[in-house]
Amino acid sequence: MVVKTIKKVYLYTRFERLWHWLQGLMIIVLMITGFEVHGTFKLMGFQTAVNVHNFVGLAWLVLFAFFVFWLLTTGEWKQYIPTTKKLFDVIFYYAFGIFKGHEHPVQKSKGAKHNPLQRLTYLGISAMLLPLQMTTGLVYYLYNFIPGSISLSILAVVHTLLAFLLVNFLIIHVYMTTTGHSLFSHIAGMISGWEEIYETTHIQEWENKATKKD
Amino acid sequence: MGKIKTSCGEQILKTTLFLIFAALIFMGRLPCAFASQQLSGADEALGIKLAKQAVRADKHWTTTDHSKMEILKQNFTSGDQITQACLSCHTDASMQFEKTIHWTWEVPSEKEGVMNGKAGHAINNFCISGNAMEDKGCLSCHVGWNGTEGEVNCLACHGKEKFNYKEAFEDLKAFEGDDDPDTLEIVKEVQAEVKNAVHQITMPQRENCGECHFKGGGGDGVKHGDLDTSLANPNKMLDVHMAAEGADFTCTRCHTTVKHNIAGRLYTRPAAAERTSLIEDDMATKITCESCHSNLPHKTASKMNDHTDKVACQSCHIPEFARVNPTKMWWDWTKAGDLKEGKPYVTKGEFGKPTYKSIKGEFRWEKNVQPEYFWYNGSFANTGIKDKIDPSAIVEVSHPLGDKNDPDARIHPFKIHRGKQPYDKINKQMVAPLLSGPKGFWTTFDMNDAITRGNTTLKVPYSGEFDYVETTYAFPITHMVAPGENALNCNECHIRKNSRLASITGIYLPGRDRSNFIDSLGIIAVLAALAGVLLHGLGRFFTRNGKEE
Repeated sequence: MVVKTIKKVYLYTRFERLWHWLQGLMIIVLMITGFEVHGTFKLMGFQTAVNVHNFVGLAWLVLFAFFVFWLLTTGEWKQYIPTTKKLFDVIFYYAFGIFKGHEHPVQKSKGAKHNPLQRLTYLGISAMLLPLQMTTGLVYYLYNFIPGSISLSILAVVHTLLAFLLVNFLIIHVYMTTTGHSLFSHIAGMISGWEEIYETTHIQEWENKATKKD
Repeated sequence: MGKIKTSCGEQILKTTLFLIFAALIFMGRLPCAFASQQLSGADEALGIKLAKQAVRADKHWTTTDHSKMEILKQNFTSGDQITQACLSCHTDASMQFEKTIHWTWEVPSEKEGVMNGKAGHAINNFCISGNAMEDKGCLSCHVGWNGTEGEVNCLACHGKEKFNYKEAFEDLKAFEGDDDPDTLEIVKEVQAEVKNAVHQITMPQRENCGECHFKGGGGDGVKHGDLDTSLANPNKMLDVHMAAEGADFTCTRCHTTVKHNIAGRLYTRPAAAERTSLIEDDMATKITCESCHSNLPHKTASKMNDHTDKVACQSCHIPEFARVNPTKMWWDWTKAGDLKEGKPYVTKGEFGKPTYKSIKGEFRWEKNVQPEYFWYNGSFANTGIKDKIDPSAIVEVSHPLGDKNDPDARIHPFKIHRGKQPYDKINKQMVAPLLSGPKGFWTTFDMNDAITRGNTTLKVPYSGEFDYVETTYAFPITHMVAPGENALNCNECHIRKNSRLASITGIYLPGRDRSNFIDSLGIIAVLAALAGVLLHGLGRFFTRNGKEE
């Protein structure tokens, strides 16, 4: 058996972690209050749920604006450029290889912290799902002040559909964090910023090219 | 690159502090519906502020002491004499009053040859019709000394003391010409009592209006549901506006008056096209809550303010009506006419209210009644005696007009009084049986004859064959406004099951409505994801991630 030494790299900057966890918290609160407003269950009462949902929803918009600013100014947006290279390797790894003790086909590095599957997923989430959810939410919130007749029913149904998709993402996302070196190593990495990677890992040139800084 | 070597613990501490700091900034800066809900007192809601401004003026005061007026010091022997005395100063009062619906009981409708009003072609599902004022039983509420004849009875509305003038004048008449000193003494006493009552002139008090409007339909709380004798002196829990410890309003504080025309009548169309403010021009033709409270009555960030374009204030602020006295909810004329040993009888039930009267039929009374809700633009559709009906369905004798697309319409609470009443089987029209008097149903118990006589008074043909049909009559619920803290909670309406607005369809009501398709799809997807990660995780567990130990 090959002995691999584990090396730590500082992958997630302070703002990135703040954004990640705050957004995660907000989305969870929005889910709970949102589904209560939807009538799925009763927890804190409709009025409280609406007020919390509105407040957290607006706060999320502000946070997201900071996130976009951060993406643009740091060039981190390049981490989200989708690629099909090794995409299927990653998919096959999670479908089969992981049960056989295979190594992950793509290791994390400073220049490429997302594997191809993550890139595609996060791009879809951050560029499509979240903005769409925020837009429908904001229009819903400002419904009384928007002239013309958007159907509240369509708006609400789309908002609900996207919410279900987000619940799905959350479930899979949280599960995937357990697939690191140990059950909690990815979560620990997202808290401290330091991710564990194998010393022997060879970072391929194409992965680094886009975001290489020095 | 040196910074990277900072220890992990320090990093976590710094991150946490930064997180808390950032969160605090967010909390402070955001426009925050949540926080402003919690604040109270410091910033008063606009609706409260404006309403206080609207009623800021001192209470009504007068420069006239009616007891000092020479003409009111005479010994009156009839009501007409009193009115003539009033008119010697208030020269145009009768002339004004006799043009109003309070006197005529009629108002033109938009249908040709049809008059609304009790004296017109309108009917209800209580005593049905005033039979063109021929049904003398109805005239106890007509504001004249002697029914429709003679002078207006000014004191019905402007007399502070509730005094039985009719009885007093009958006594005086009986004693006329009697020189017995004891009789003269009594006459003097009665005359003094009359004079004393006449001197108590007032702007109309709640009791004055209530004498008829609390007792419409033949008794306390029969008709409206939000108007009964409990409002003569209500506490704040029952009515914030009329309670002495509240705003202590008389009826006319809201039902403003021009030339004895009193605002608030519901027959005329169109409805209040503009929700005019009482503050701006001190006279809206139709009074609304918005007249004083504006259409943004709640605190700035309150979601409640977003409701005012679609939901009437009353819908939330009058959670139930008939909260002190019961109100009649059901009147079945089919049961009328049952006699015991040839004599009419009365059965009393819960609340001490009659549940059966031979002359009227079967009744049901209720207390603390939850209203029914309909779109309402301020007008009603009425089924009059000349309108064709469909006897196979429930006939809406009176029903609110408006729909979700009508910008003037709001979702408004109503008392729906249900009952069964006679109709003309051949002509398919409602009928107007004559009730009181020697030839009326209450004496003869002959419905067919009563209808024949009643329809004749209105000059409406009757085929001679009648049956009964179920009817509804709608009363807008607008009095008995409860204190703010008793207003409805959101989830009285925003709830899947038993929403108060269950009957208001064709709109999307958050919390009540959903797309079953999307919800099912979403739940299946979530369950699939959970099952997927569970299976994947179990797979990893049993294969131990493929590692040999």
